[in-house]
Amino acid sequence: MKGNEALAEAAIRAGCRGYFGYPITPQSEILEYLALEGRSRGMIVLQAESEVASINMVYGGAGVGARVMTSSSSPGISLMQEGISYIAGAELPCLIVNVSRGGPGLGTIQPSQGDYFQAVKGGGHGDYRLLVLAPSSVQEMADFVFDAFDLADKYRSPVMILADGALGQMMERVSFREYDPAAHLVAKPWATTGKPVTRERNIITSLHIEPEKMEQINNRLQEKYRQMALHETRCEEFQTADAEYLIVAYGLAARIAQGAVEMARAQGIRAGLLRPVTLFPYPTDAIRALADRVRGVLVVEMNAGQMIEDVRLALEGRVPVRFYGRTGGIIPSPDEVLGALTKMVNEDVLHIEEVS
Amino acid sequence: MEHQTMQPDSPVLECVYSRPGTLTETRFHYCPGCGHGVVHRVLMEAVEELGIQGETIGVAPVGCSVFAYNYLDIDMQEAAHGRASAVATAVKRLLPDRYVFSYQGDGDLAAIGTAETIHTVNRGENILMLFINNAIYGMTGGQMAPTTLIGMKTTTSPLGRTVEASGFPLKITEMVATLPGAYYVSRNSVHTPGAVRHLKKAILKSFQYQKEKRGTCFIEVVSNCPSGWKMTPLEANRWMAEHMFPLYPPGEIKVPK
Amino acid sequence: MAIRGSVSFETEVCKGCELCIDACPQESLGLSSGINAQGYHYAVLVKDNCTGCVNCALVCPDAVITVYRENRKGGKAPVAVISNVTGNITVTLDDERKNP
Repeated sequence: MKGNEALAEAAIRAGCRGYFGYPITPQSEILEYLALEGRSRGMIVLQAESEVASINMVYGGAGVGARVMTSSSSPGISLMQEGISYIAGAELPCLIVNVSRGGPGLGTIQPSQGDYFQAVKGGGHGDYRLLVLAPSSVQEMADFVFDAFDLADKYRSPVMILADGALGQMMERVSFREYDPAAHLVAKPWATTGKPVTRERNIITSLHIEPEKMEQINNRLQEKYRQMALHETRCEEFQTADAEYLIVAYGLAARIAQGAVEMARAQGIRAGLLRPVTLFPYPTDAIRALADRVRGVLVVEMNAGQMIEDVRLALEGRVPVRFYGRTGGIIPSPDEVLGALTKMVNEDVLHIEEVS
Repeated sequence: MEHQTMQPDSPVLECVYSRPGTLTETRFHYCPGCGHGVVHRVLMEAVEELGIQGETIGVAPVGCSVFAYNYLDIDMQEAAHGRASAVATAVKRLLPDRYVFSYQGDGDLAAIGTAETIHTVNRGENILMLFINNAIYGMTGGQMAPTTLIGMKTTTSPLGRTVEASGFPLKITEMVATLPGAYYVSRNSVHTPGAVRHLKKAILKSFQYQKEKRGTCFIEVVSNCPSGWKMTPLEANRWMAEHMFPLYPPGEIKVPK
Repeated sequence: MAIRGSVSFETEVCKGCELCIDACPQESLGLSSGINAQGYHYAVLVKDNCTGCVNCALVCPDAVITVYRENRKGGKAPVAVISNVTGNITVTLDDERKNP
């Protein structure tokens, strides 16, 4: 199946009750698939007038306790930032999918990873974070939907799946996990469903005028993010056990980097790959654990260098970090990555020779 | 109240009106004489009379009435500025048997929220949209609104609104009424007892139409802003009747056949 | 004889906006001379000719008014029997009886 369609099918199976979105290349297939398949299987699928309206519909739907989602691509995700901040501040669960394209501005319709900062560091205003899952295959495009809804409900927090245009468009085999939504749904006593006489009214809001109350809310949010860091951090390692040189890459870039690692190994370079799966919370500890064993780290991204900052933070200057990236929606080839890796290795060897 | 000894022939007086039980104990923070208070009260009287307190969900705007959820004893959501009708759309689509309303001022509905307003009505969402139009941005200190009259002084039109600088007052209600998704469009006010009675009827009708899934009910309330207009409440109501009604005449703008 | 009525005000909540005074067809209402804890003069009954028409309560933005009216139709048990309304009434029912 196509990545976008696999994601959409997974949403139906995960018990998503409402999808509110707007067409934008390269993810319109999600809306289109759901307009047919979703509606016929009981989902509310509404093509809104804009991404702004979409995210606010997600807010309303999440507030009544339903599993709801939206999807868009980079410029549309920019439009959603206000709504995302409100959703985080009101502590509402939902899924937001970004099938990134080249930017900034209207950019291109080709894939990119230029929205890392936006996704991981905030994007909208205020002290909130999104839990961000980065798939690197069509299978993960599907799998992460189930995880995302479960995590969103667990933490009462918005979750983002950060993919790119290539993942959205590529066709791969996918199998959908056995999943009974009824077994995964959690009680939401805070939802606005119409107040029975047995309880006080529920209010969904992110407005807290008294500073002490606002601080309390912020502390609660930060504690959530700490818990996420403790329990939900995920990454994958490929041939890192004896690696001298480490590549850190996520999503599509990680698949390309994996190819480069295999080629490097064939040339006698002991390379390895660490692929962050959650971009927030970031697998800082896993990277730090490798710092003592590797001589150099190469970060590969389809942007001008965003995740590299988190890698540097994790390494705390103990290991040199190099970057290889392409912008404009150009996908680097394994050869290019191998070239960057080899260059790093050679520079390192040169350095050793100079010193000794 | 102490009980006085009454003369044998003094009449027994029944209570014929008291504050609706569907308002919370929290008293309104609005300025003296502000129309918001009347609209909140009338809306909750209607909810009480219809017995739908447990099935009603409201969406509050950004503006003076951002704290509406502190006053109305129903489940409520606070929306981002301008987005109340989008939020209400999702609530209604997912809970179609509840009574859903959005409550917005003129900036919320006719400036930043214009797209959401038009499209919610265009989709004929089965909700009640309440539009409180006092031709000014009260909460932020009295700036010009899309509905501000030509020549009207506000903090951002200190010498009076001019067409050259700021265009024309926006008659959004008439625009909305042209859409087939708008089932019932009514413009009201709350400055006289008769006007208040009319508003209440309009609200009761709107909830009935919502039950019958007829489409969007859109009620504008031309209202005052004594603080922003720098008048007493009585002066403000008189000014409103004299100056705003010619442009925004109360009446039934679109009624079902 | 006109229908008898009366009103009571939550004087501490009233903001003295005077809309009820303006709406009363009987000119029964006025502002108090004193002020409440919020600093407002509040609405009070100044005459005893209230007919319980509810006009004042209809325009009140703060829902401070409760209205009472004589039930001439009979048969119904009263919801509330008026006794002492507020300390600010200048004319009581009893007085009216004495001074028609």
